[in-house]
Amino acid sequence: MTTVALDHGVKLRRRRRTRAQVVKYLALAFVALVVLLPVYVLLVASFKSGTEADPSRAWALPEVWSLDAWREAWNGEQYGLFPYLKNSLKLVIPATLLSTMLGSLNGFVLSRWRFPGADLVFLFLLFGMFIPYQAVMIPLTQIFLEVDFPEGLPRLVFAHIVYGIPITTLIFRSYYATIPEDLIEAARMDRAGMLRTYWSVVLPVSAPAFVVTAIWQFTSIWNDFLFAVFIVDDPAQWPVTVALNNTTGSFVTPYNVQMAAALLASLPTLIVYILLGRYFMRGLMAGALKG
Amino acid sequence: MRKIRRWGPGLLLVSPSILLVSVFVYGLIGWNVKVSFSDWRQAQETSGFDTGAYGELFPGDAGQTDDFLRAVGTGDQPDSLSTDPAWIIDLHHALLFTVVFVLGALLMGAFLAFLLDKGVKGEGFFRAVYLFPMAVSFIAAGVVWRWLMNPAPGDRSTGFNLLFDKLGIGFLRNEWYLGLDWGAAALAIPAVWALSGYIMALYLAGFRGVPEELREAARMDGASEWRVYRHVVFPHLRPVTLSALIILGHISIKVFDLIVAIGGKQLITETPAVRMWILIYDARDYAKGAAIATLLLLGISVLVIPYLVYTVRSEREA
Repeated sequence: MTTVALDHGVKLRRRRRTRAQVVKYLALAFVALVVLLPVYVLLVASFKSGTEADPSRAWALPEVWSLDAWREAWNGEQYGLFPYLKNSLKLVIPATLLSTMLGSLNGFVLSRWRFPGADLVFLFLLFGMFIPYQAVMIPLTQIFLEVDFPEGLPRLVFAHIVYGIPITTLIFRSYYATIPEDLIEAARMDRAGMLRTYWSVVLPVSAPAFVVTAIWQFTSIWNDFLFAVFIVDDPAQWPVTVALNNTTGSFVTPYNVQMAAALLASLPTLIVYILLGRYFMRGLMAGALKG
Repeated sequence: MRKIRRWGPGLLLVSPSILLVSVFVYGLIGWNVKVSFSDWRQAQETSGFDTGAYGELFPGDAGQTDDFLRAVGTGDQPDSLSTDPAWIIDLHHALLFTVVFVLGALLMGAFLAFLLDKGVKGEGFFRAVYLFPMAVSFIAAGVVWRWLMNPAPGDRSTGFNLLFDKLGIGFLRNEWYLGLDWGAAALAIPAVWALSGYIMALYLAGFRGVPEELREAARMDGASEWRVYRHVVFPHLRPVTLSALIILGHISIKVFDLIVAIGGKQLITETPAVRMWILIYDARDYAKGAAIATLLLLGISVLVIPYLVYTVRSEREA
């Protein structure tokens, strides 16, 4: 009798647990669907032909899958993004490489080759990460004018390097803090200088931090709109975000082309995210400081 | 002397960065404050000291502002007044946006982390899906969200409104971001979409940072699973919540790209950062643009400086 009752209790509890599990998975799947909803809309709309791109059929799959919108968004006469994608590449590659290298050197010194007040210096640099860049934008454009800095993309590269110093330094500093002190001490015992130690002890184990930082910088520079819209006046030098906002902001642009253009402009960062998501996540966590 | 030889090179190596940040962060902030107190209002700069720009950003007489808002609401031509009326509207938008965005992303992120915490099949997949919006620019996201939240009526319906009609829940139709009262709340929806995954990742790390022995000990004492969360896990999450609030708050104060992508330049969706852009590019009112930028900085500093000091101090204690 008692064993049956016990058995029944266990079963009941187990059933309740399975039901909780089902609800949990349903909730997770529902949220995933909602999060992916914009992607569905983007894809479906971008593969419709001009004649099919009618709002009333907007949620339906295309009857005929067409590449017209993609072609138009890629290098169409009116809305082609190709030159702007090229601009973005010309911006993002040098800016990412240089700011990552700078961050590595700073992070090394501030964690492993410290000087008195290194923490204060770190704090001093770190604040730059949190400022609203609006608070420097007017003087920044002024200063570029006054020193006659080469117009367009070079200004943008410079700005992203300077304002990338805090985050890149932060990521590398936290990473280098995990290198065993013994390794550095051993190098010091061998009377290796700072650069020597960096080059032969620290740099060889830095690859993960380089990947994390480079992905972070690549993504945020590629996606930046604020700096670009304030700094680059010449439309021929616009990065892709500004060009995208310009073409899609106008109501005459067919919506299938708008959607293809938005996807096209996001592809590089999405590909990086899909391939290297793990590192992307680590960068995010570093950006949250203590997270 | 030997000491200097020990740490001198390090300081030297970091000094270019110190110099750049000194000039381009702190120096330019100072310069911006100076511009905000100037009379550089119409594309020409004079050297006078002028608080006029700020004067227009602070409501001198609250009653006056109410009158103005009432006039806007009824479609009358409002009387001119000393406070920049658009700015008051911007502040309302910013407040509503912040409340919906911060609470929405925080609750959503914590909820998702809570669901994923105890090990779920396909956790990696769910995490990747929830986090992916972080890889997309607000400009690109804005293109699709503007379409989803399009308020056009009748046959021209698109996006959610059309979907609601088709699902037979047409009563949910609304004006979204063009709603006079709740537009800013609708603008916060894509922001919640974009940031929830990030907050989830923070909370998930927080959940997993709670030592398993603590949970086990509470279970041994006969605590139910919910009580384990309430009394053991949640108290451990306070630092994470603080980080999340700071991150969301500072994004909210300066929100710009998303608003421009969805609403463009119109008063009904405008936020302070958008106003600043319009003032500089269209009105060439540099002093007032700089004044708004200074206020944005002040708002963020109040949030961030104590947090930074606290973080570095607790790091040193650790």
